[in-house]
Amino acid sequence: MKYVVAQNVMIKGTKDGFILKLNDQCGYEELKEELIEKLSVQYKAPADGQAVKARIEAGNRFLTEDQKEEVRQIVHQQKSLLVDEITSNVITVEDAEQRIREKEMSSMTGIVRSGQVIEVEGDFLLVGDVNPGGMIMAGGNIYILGTLRGIAHAGCYGKEEAVIVASQMLPAQLRIASKLNRAPDHDDDPHEMECAYIDSSNQIVVDRLQVLRRIRPSITKIEGGR
Amino acid sequence: MGEAIVITSGKGGVGKTTTTANLGTAIAMQGKKVCLIDTDIGLRNLDVILGLDNRIIYDLVDVVEGRCKPNQALVKDKRFEGLLYLLPAAQTSDKSAVNPEQMKELVGQLKQDYDYILIDCPAGIEQGYKNAIAGADRAIVVTTPERSAVRDADRIVGLLEQETDEPPVLIINRIRNHLMESGDMLDIDEVTTHLSIDLLGIVIDDDLVITASNKGEPITMNPDSKASIAYRNIARRILGESIPLMSLSDEKPSLMKKIFKILGKK
Repeated sequence: MKYVVAQNVMIKGTKDGFILKLNDQCGYEELKEELIEKLSVQYKAPADGQAVKARIEAGNRFLTEDQKEEVRQIVHQQKSLLVDEITSNVITVEDAEQRIREKEMSSMTGIVRSGQVIEVEGDFLLVGDVNPGGMIMAGGNIYILGTLRGIAHAGCYGKEEAVIVASQMLPAQLRIASKLNRAPDHDDDPHEMECAYIDSSNQIVVDRLQVLRRIRPSITKIEGGR
Repeated sequence: MGEAIVITSGKGGVGKTTTTANLGTAIAMQGKKVCLIDTDIGLRNLDVILGLDNRIIYDLVDVVEGRCKPNQALVKDKRFEGLLYLLPAAQTSDKSAVNPEQMKELVGQLKQDYDYILIDCPAGIEQGYKNAIAGADRAIVVTTPERSAVRDADRIVGLLEQETDEPPVLIINRIRNHLMESGDMLDIDEVTTHLSIDLLGIVIDDDLVITASNKGEPITMNPDSKASIAYRNIARRILGESIPLMSLSDEKPSLMKKIFKILGKK
C-alpha cells in the first residue's frame, strides 16, 4: 500500500455509515484523485449487500453543484456507497440572501382585490382584506388582520408546516403546500380569529387560533421577555 | 384648467354610458362647461342616449389621426346653450385605433376649454379601458348591487389604484328597494365595505331611465324621477357640494339610520 503523506480524504466508519472528511485546503483535482484512490482500496462490501450510506463533510470548502455531483458519482461508482448528504460550512451570498428572504416577514397594508396576486418568499402579514378573486402566496405563513375572502396559499414552495391565520376566515380556497381545501357551500358561522393548517391526517383543517401555539410551537420566535 | 373624470365599471351593462350622459347633463345644468368623450370605439352609444346620433360628422379616431381638429368633431347639445359637448367614438374601427398617449394628449387639450371632461369607458380591462383611463385625473366606478358586478368593480378598483393617485369613488346604480329590504340583493353597506372606497352616490332603478334613453333625452332632464334627482345630487357632489344620500324609501326610518351610518354620522 502506498504511503500517503497528506491526508486529504479521511474515512471514518460509524454505526450509520461512513463519514468522508475532505480536506478544505488542497486543490480540488488533488482531492478528487485521492478520493478515487482511497475508495478503490480500503473497503470490503458487507455480505448482506445492503447499500451503505455515506456523509461527505467538505469543511470550509465551497463545492459547486457540478462538483457535488462529481463527488457523488465518484463515491457511488467506486464503492456503491449511497451519498446521503454533502455538508459544507460555506454557502454563496445568493443562497444566504435566499435564506434570509425565506425567514423574513413581509407586510402590506391595503386590500388585495380581485385579480391581484401577492407573492412573497417568507411569511406575509396583511393589514387589510383579501377580496374574492384576490390571492396571496407565501413561502411561509400567512397572517391576515382583516377578512380573507379570496385564496391564500401558504408554504407555496412545499413547506407543509405553514399556517394561514385570519381575523375573519371566509376563504374561497385555502392552500397549504400541495394541499387544497375549498370553502363549504353553505356556512353561516362567524369564523373569527381562526387558523388553518395541515393536520396529522394530511388534510387542511380550520380551527380556533388558540390551538396554534400547541400544534406549531415553532412559530414562536421570541425568547425571553418580561 | 378642467378636470377629467373617467366613468368605468369593468362589467358591461351596469350603466356606465347612462351615468356618463346623465352626469354630463346634470353638470351642464349647473352652468359648467362639459365635454363627454365616448371611448367605446366600435360600439358607440353615448350619442344615442343623448339623442345626438344623427349629427355626428367626425369622431374620436378622426381627431387622433389628425383628419380634423377636436373642435370640428365635437357635437354640441343645443338644449344646453353651448355647455354640453360630445366627442363621439368611431363606429367603424376598433379599440386599437387609439393608444393611451393619444388619449392623454387629447384630454389635455380639451381640459383647456372645458370645466369637466367625462370619459365613458368601455366594458372590460383591455385596450379600450387603458385608453379611457389614460387621460383621466380621477375615476368613478359604477356598479350594481350584484355579486358579479361588485367582483368586477373590485378588479377595476385594484387596477385604478395602480394607475391614478386619487382613489376612485363609487356609484351604486340600479338599486331595487324591495330586493334590498328583503335581503335578496346586496345592500349598500355590503357593497361599500367590500370595495372600501368612498360612495359618491346611489341611483334607484327606474323604468323611466330606459324610456328617456330611448327618446334620446337623459332622465336628468325630467325633474320628477327619483333617478334624475340622484344624478343631479351626484353632479353637485362632483362640483364639491356636500349633499346627503337620498333616502331609498320615505316610510322606513330604519333605512335613514343606515344611510347616516354610511355617511359616518352616528
